[in-house]
Formats: sequence, structure tokens, C-alpha cells
Amino acid sequence: MGRIVVDRSVCKGCGYCIQFCPKHVLHMGEQRNTSGYGNHCPDMLEGTECVACATCAIVCPDSAITVYR
Amino acid sequence: MMEEIVYQRSKYLRPMLTYYCAGCQHGIVSKILVELAEEMNIVNNLAICYGIGCYVAGTMNLDLDMFPALHGRACAVATGFKRMRPNQLVITYQGDGDCASIGLGDTLQAAARGENFTTIMVNNQNYGCTGGQLAPTTPIGMVTNTSPYGRSVEAQGYPIRMAELVANLDGCRYAARGALTTPAQIRQAKKYVRRALELQQQGHGYTFVELLSACPSTYKVPFDKVKAFQEEHVYPVFPTGVFKEE
Ligand SMILES: Cc1ncc(C[n+]2csc(CCOP(=O)(O)OP(=O)(O)O)c2C)c(N)n1
Repeated sequence: MGRIVVDRSVCKGCGYCIQFCPKHVLHMGEQRNTSGYGNHCPDMLEGTECVACATCAIVCPDSAITVYR
Repeated sequence: MMEEIVYQRSKYLRPMLTYYCAGCQHGIVSKILVELAEEMNIVNNLAICYGIGCYVAGTMNLDLDMFPALHGRACAVATGFKRMRPNQLVITYQGDGDCASIGLGDTLQAAARGENFTTIMVNNQNYGCTGGQLAPTTPIGMVTNTSPYGRSVEAQGYPIRMAELVANLDGCRYAARGALTTPAQIRQAKKYVRRALELQQQGHGYTFVELLSACPSTYKVPFDKVKAFQEEHVYPVFPTGVFKEE
């Protein structure tokens, strides 16, 4: 069981992590980023299981994601 | 049960917001560079010479040794640096406007001389920094701010394929092209850069890696359409792979 933490101060809300997550664990969350871009930040969906493959972190251009297992 | 960290931001990326637009893949190149520097244990022996483009402000978050060159002159400056310090690993980080347009002469001459450094050309198919103009690498039909009806052969001619061009020169020992959109492409791109650096460590000569990057601001497509856009316009013109290795 994995978990991701998004650093909202560097996330720009491009959503590449959501697009490429093989388990479809992520969606655009309610919270906005604090970086001034005003976009929403990704968040984990209820009832899905993250396998901590780190794909989201690899495709993140802003290195905003930390992955835990 | 203790939680372990599977993946975290490299400590050589400063904890700051980059100046890139959202969805720009220059950030992935930065990530590849710091991760390789760490994995290959070359942080203290690596110098990056960068040209002029979006990455000038963007590279400020890299905690590596870097020095700038004039627009297009990175290969010439890196030549001098490498000849004075042959044991130091040298990378030139250039855009397509920098490397294939104003700096085309410098790049090809450095390759022909077989200078022992690595060029990383980030090909985003336009001049991002100055507002999205047509670059020598813009594919036919692609709309940019200076080709509003799409690049046409009559008006602007054909795009330049840098990796293949450089591979033709005898001094070049490694030429590859990778892409940065899907996870598999990013892993492959990292392997290309690693191979180029390993060959440079062995003193083989000029190594060149072209990385196809997305520029959603100029493509003017939403982020989830970037992959489809690249499949339609970019990958047919710029095949990925290794073109030369010796
Ligand atoms: C000698 C000189 N000519 C022109 C410019 C203006 N200029 C700044 S960045 C740039 C284009 C850079 O494009 P590219 O290398 O593709 O990088 P990108 O911004 O797309 O990443 C130009 C033409 C300059 N700074 N210096």
C-alpha cells in the first residue's frame, strides 16, 4: 500500500501524474497549489490502491511528488 | 510497519518553484541530470555549460556547477573549458533554437573536431523563451506564432533532424534521440544520457543526445492532449533511438 505527498508550493497542476498513473489512483483534488499558478493539485482517490510504483513522480516535471510505501 | 520513501526529490534540486510554464518538460531534463549526477557519483566533477533559452532561469534550481555561454556558443565555450580541464565531465545544455539555429555552426564544428564532451539538445520544436516562434526543428504543418497557418515547405522549408545530422560526422561517437512524455520514454532518455556520459568518461569523443520535449504553451493544447499532439506531429518527424554508437 503506497501513498503520495504533493508539494503544493512547486506543483503547477499540469496533471501528467494523473494521466500516466497505471492504477488510476489520482484525480484533481480540491486544494489549489500555493505557487501562484492557481491550478488544482492532484490528490488520491478514495477506495483506490496505490502500489508505490513512482510513475507519477517520474513524469512530474516539477519534482513535486514524494512516494511512500 | 515503518513507511519507507520510494521516491523523493533529489537534494541537488533546490526547493524552489521553477520558472517554466506548467507542463514544460525542461524540468524532467533537470531531474534526469541531477539523478544521473548522483547515481554516477560525478556531482563534484561535472560542469554544465548552458546556452540561452527558457532553461536559463530554469536551471537556477539545479545545485550543480554551471556556467553560461552566449546564445548558440555553448559548444565553443565548452570546447575551451574541456581542453583546459580534460578530466572534468562537461555537458552543454542547449535548446533547439540555440543548438540547431544560431549555434548550428558551433555544434557541427565541435562534433567534427571530436571534442570530448556531451551535448544535450532539448528539442521543443520552437523558440520557447522569446514567445513561441518557428525553430529549425518545427515539423511541417505545426502552428507557431510566426507560422500561424502551419509550417509550409515553400515558405520555411524542412525541419532539421539534429541527431541524424551529427551522427554523420566522423568525430561524433554517440548520437541518440529520446523523448520525455511517457514514463517509458523518460527511463529510456535517462539511459541515453547515461551512456553518453559513460562514453565521455572513457574519452571517446563527441556525444550528442537530443530530447524531444513538450511545450504546451506553444502547442496551445490542454495538458492531457500533449501526448496525442506529439504522436500526431512530432514523433513521425523525429524517430527516437540510437543513431550511432562506437
Ligand atoms: C545573440 C542573441 N540572439 C538572439 C537572442 C534572443 N533569444 C533569446 S532565447 C532565444 C531562443 C531560444 O530558443 P531555444 O534554444 O529553442 O530554447 P527554448 O526557450 O525553446 O527552451 C532567442 C532567439 C539572444 N538572447 N541572443
